Amino acid sequence: MDDAVLRAEKLTFEYDTDDGELEVFRDLDITVKRGEVVAVLGHNGCGKSTLAKHFNAILLPTGGKVYVMGMDTASDDLLLDIRRTVGMVFQNPDNQIVAAVVEEDVAFAPENLGVPQAEIVERVDSALETVGMTEYRNHAPHRLSGGQKQRIAIAGVLAMRPECIVLDEPTAMLDPVGRAEVMKTILELNRRDGTTIVLITHHMDEAAQCSRVVVMEDGSFIADGTPEEVFTQVELLRGVGLEVPQTVELLYELRKRGFNLPLDALGCDECAAAIAAVMR
Amino acid sequence: MAMLKDITLGQYFPGNTPLHRMDPRMKILLTIAYIVVLFVADGLVSYLAIIAFLCTAIAISHITPKMILRGMKTLIFIIALTGILNIFYTKGEGKPLLSFWNVAIYKEGIVTAVFMIVRIILLISGTFMLTYTTSPLQLTDGIESLLKPLEKIHVPAHELAMMMSIALRFIPTLIEEADKIMSAQKARGADFESGGLLRRAKALIPLLVPLFISAFRRADELAVAMECRCYHGGEGRTRMRSLKFGTVDLWALLIVAALAAAVILLKIFPVEVFGI
Amino acid sequence: MAVIRAENLTYVYGAGTPFERKALDGVSFEIERGEFVGLIGHTGSGKSTLIQHLNGLLRPTEGRVFVDDRDIWEDEKSIREVRFKVGLVFQYPEYQLFEETVEKDIAFGPKNMGLSDEEIAERVREAARFVGIDEESLSKSPFELSGGQKRRVAIAGVIAMRPEVLILDEPTAGLDPRGRREILGRIDDYHRESGAAVIIVTHSMEEAARYASRIIVLDDNGINCTGTPAEVFARADELERIGLDVPMVTKVFRELKRLGVAVDPAVYTVEDGVRELLRAKGGNVRGNA
Repeated sequence: MDDAVLRAEKLTFEYDTDDGELEVFRDLDITVKRGEVVAVLGHNGCGKSTLAKHFNAILLPTGGKVYVMGMDTASDDLLLDIRRTVGMVFQNPDNQIVAAVVEEDVAFAPENLGVPQAEIVERVDSALETVGMTEYRNHAPHRLSGGQKQRIAIAGVLAMRPECIVLDEPTAMLDPVGRAEVMKTILELNRRDGTTIVLITHHMDEAAQCSRVVVMEDGSFIADGTPEEVFTQVELLRGVGLEVPQTVELLYELRKRGFNLPLDALGCDECAAAIAAVMR
Repeated sequence: MAMLKDITLGQYFPGNTPLHRMDPRMKILLTIAYIVVLFVADGLVSYLAIIAFLCTAIAISHITPKMILRGMKTLIFIIALTGILNIFYTKGEGKPLLSFWNVAIYKEGIVTAVFMIVRIILLISGTFMLTYTTSPLQLTDGIESLLKPLEKIHVPAHELAMMMSIALRFIPTLIEEADKIMSAQKARGADFESGGLLRRAKALIPLLVPLFISAFRRADELAVAMECRCYHGGEGRTRMRSLKFGTVDLWALLIVAALAAAVILLKIFPVEVFGI
Repeated sequence: MAVIRAENLTYVYGAGTPFERKALDGVSFEIERGEFVGLIGHTGSGKSTLIQHLNGLLRPTEGRVFVDDRDIWEDEKSIREVRFKVGLVFQYPEYQLFEETVEKDIAFGPKNMGLSDEEIAERVREAARFVGIDEESLSKSPFELSGGQKRRVAIAGVIAMRPEVLILDEPTAGLDPRGRREILGRIDDYHRESGAAVIIVTHSMEEAARYASRIIVLDDNGINCTGTPAEVFARADELERIGLDVPMVTKVFRELKRLGVAVDPAVYTVEDGVRELLRAKGGNVRGNA
C-alpha cells in the first residue's frame, strides 16, 4: 500500500446557485502523505473549506475522485470507515460540541461507531490525556475557554483513532494563549503518533511550523512546498492578498536595501542568527 | 434589568453526589411519581412530608437553594397568576373575608391559593432537581431507554432523545448569544424596556432576527460536525455509560414509595392540623 | 481634555450564584478627545466588561464613569444619550445585523437618535463611505454580503451615530490577513478624518503598536500599565506571560539583542525593524527614536 493518506485526482466541485452553476475548483490534484503536517493558505472564499469537506465525504466531488487511504469517498458502504479515518475540527468550537459534559462529548464518536463500552472509556481517557484536559472531564464545555473547547473538539476526533485530522481554521476564534495551546497539541500529535495533519489557517506563524505549505487561490494551487520554499515567494503571496511570516518579510525588506541575507530563515532564532551574521 | 445569563432553567450542574450518580431512568420515573404524589397530596401533613423529602434531596445534591430560587424567578408570573386566580375564584361557605364590586374573597380562597402556590413551587423545584443533577445526555439516555419499548409502535425514541439533548446543550449558548445581541443593539440605542405592548414586541425584532439566523447557522454547523463524528442515527450505537440500577436507586425508590404510601394514607385517613 | 474618565470602577458578575466573581477591581483611567488607544489584555482580564461600562451597558458595582465630565448614571433616563456619544462595536458584530437592507441596518442607530430622514440618509452614506461599502450595496440584504463586508456594515451602523468615542472589541477577530488590513486601515482613516477618539481592544501587539498612540494593559481585572507603545512593549516578556501575542519580529529582535547585536529590542512592526537595523548599521535613515 502506498503512503498517501489523502489523494484528490482531477477533483472538480460545482454547485447550483440562482445564477447558474458555480465552480469552486476544477481538476485539482493533491496528495497528502502519512505523517505530513500540511498548512493550507488562501484568503476567505478561495475554496479551502470546500476542499477540506471533500476529505471525509461531507461533500462529494462533482468530477474526479478523492481517496482516503485508498478508499473512494464516493462509495456509500465505506462512509463510516472514511469518516473515522479522517477527523475534522472546525472553526467555531461551540458548534461542534454535542454534549453538555466534556467526557460525554469525547465519547460521542466511538459511541456512534459502536465501540464496546470498556474500550470507549479507554479511548476517552487517552484522548483527554493527549490534549491535556483530563482534569476537566466532568466540566460543562460552555464554561471553558476557547482554546480548551477546541482541545475538547480535537479529543472528540482523537477518540475515533483517526489516521489524519483536518482542521479548518481551528484557531481563528481564539486568543494567543488558545492558539498556542491548539498548535502545540496538534504538532505533538503528529510527532508522537505520526498523525497526518491538514491545517487550514490564516496565521502565517502557524503555517511556518508545518512541514508543507500549499497556497490556494481561486480554486487552484499556486504554490506547494516546504515553508521555506513557499514563503520565500514574497511577491506571489502578496499578489493574492496573503502575508508572509514577519521573519521573511523582514529579510525581504532588508535584502531590498542591499543586505546580503537568505530569505528562508523562517524561525525567529534562525532569522536573528542570519541578521546577526551580517551586522557584525 | 436582570441579565438573561442569570436564567438557570434547564441547566445542569455537574457533581458527584448520590443524586448525580442515580440512574437517569430511575430519576425520571421517580420525578413522575413525585409529581403524581404532589397532586394526590392533601392536607398540611402531606405537604410537610413532601417539603421534607425535597429539602433532603436538595441537601444531598449540593445544589444551593439560591440556584433553585434563581431558576424560579423566571416563572414567578405563572406562580403569581395561579395564586391570584385561586384567591378570586374559590367560593367558600361562611362569610367572605373581603368583598368589593362583585368579587368576594373567602378564607378557603386564600388557603387554596397558598396550597396551589406551594404545589407549583414544589413541582418546579422537583423537576429542577432532575435537570440540575442529570446531564442532558444522561437524561436523554434515560428517556430513550424508557421509550425504547414504544419503538415497536414507531415512536422514534432515539431521534426524540437526541433532539432534546441538543436543545438542552444549546440553551446556555443561545442565552449567552441573546444577551450579547441585546447589548449590541442597546449600544445602537435600541430600547427594549419602554413603550406599549406593540412597541415592545416590535423592539424585539432586532434581537430575534439575528438570534434565529444564528441558531440556524449553528444547527447547520452542528449537523456537519456530528456527521464528521460518524453520527448515523441510533442504529448500532453503544454507550460509554451503560445504565445500571445501583443501591442508590433502590434507596431512592424505597424512599419515594414510602412518601407515596404516606400521602395516600393521609388522603384516606386525613390528619388535620390547625384545621387544615 | 478627557472625553471619558473612569474612576475606581469595580464590577462583580453573577452576585449570589456559584459563578460569582469580580470582573473589574478599582479601575481608573482617562481617554483624551481624539486619542487612539489600544486596550490589551488576555481573555478574562475584564476588557469586555470594562468597555461595556463606558457606554452604560453595565452599571459599575462601585465607582463612576464620566463622559464629557458628566457622571453617566447621574440621570438614568438619559443613559441612551451616552450610547450615542460612546459608540461600541462588539466582537463579531456581523451577527447583530437584522434589517432587510444594508441601508436600513446602518440607519438603525441614527433612527433611534430621533434624527430627521435627510439627516439619517446623509449619515448612512457617510458611514458607508468610511467603511468602504459602495452605494450599490446599500440596497442589498446584509445577508448576501461576505463576512468581511458584513462586519464593515456593522461598524458603519455605529459610526453613523457620529460618536465622540468609537470603541471596537477585537475588530479583526476571525478575518484573513487581507480583511484584517482592510478593517484596520478603515478605522485608522476614520480616526484621522472624524477626529473621534478610538479605542480598539486587541490581543495583537502588532496591531496596537501600528495604530494606537497609547496602550492600556489590563491584567487580572485591573490596569497593569499604560503608556506609549514603546513604553508598554518594552516589557514584552511580561506581556507575553499574561497572554499577549508577541510579534515574530519582536522575538527576532530580542534574540538579536541576546546575540550581542546593538539594537533596541522594542520593535513590533517590520517597518520599525528595518529602520532599527539600518540605524544600527549606520544607515542614512533619520527620524527614528
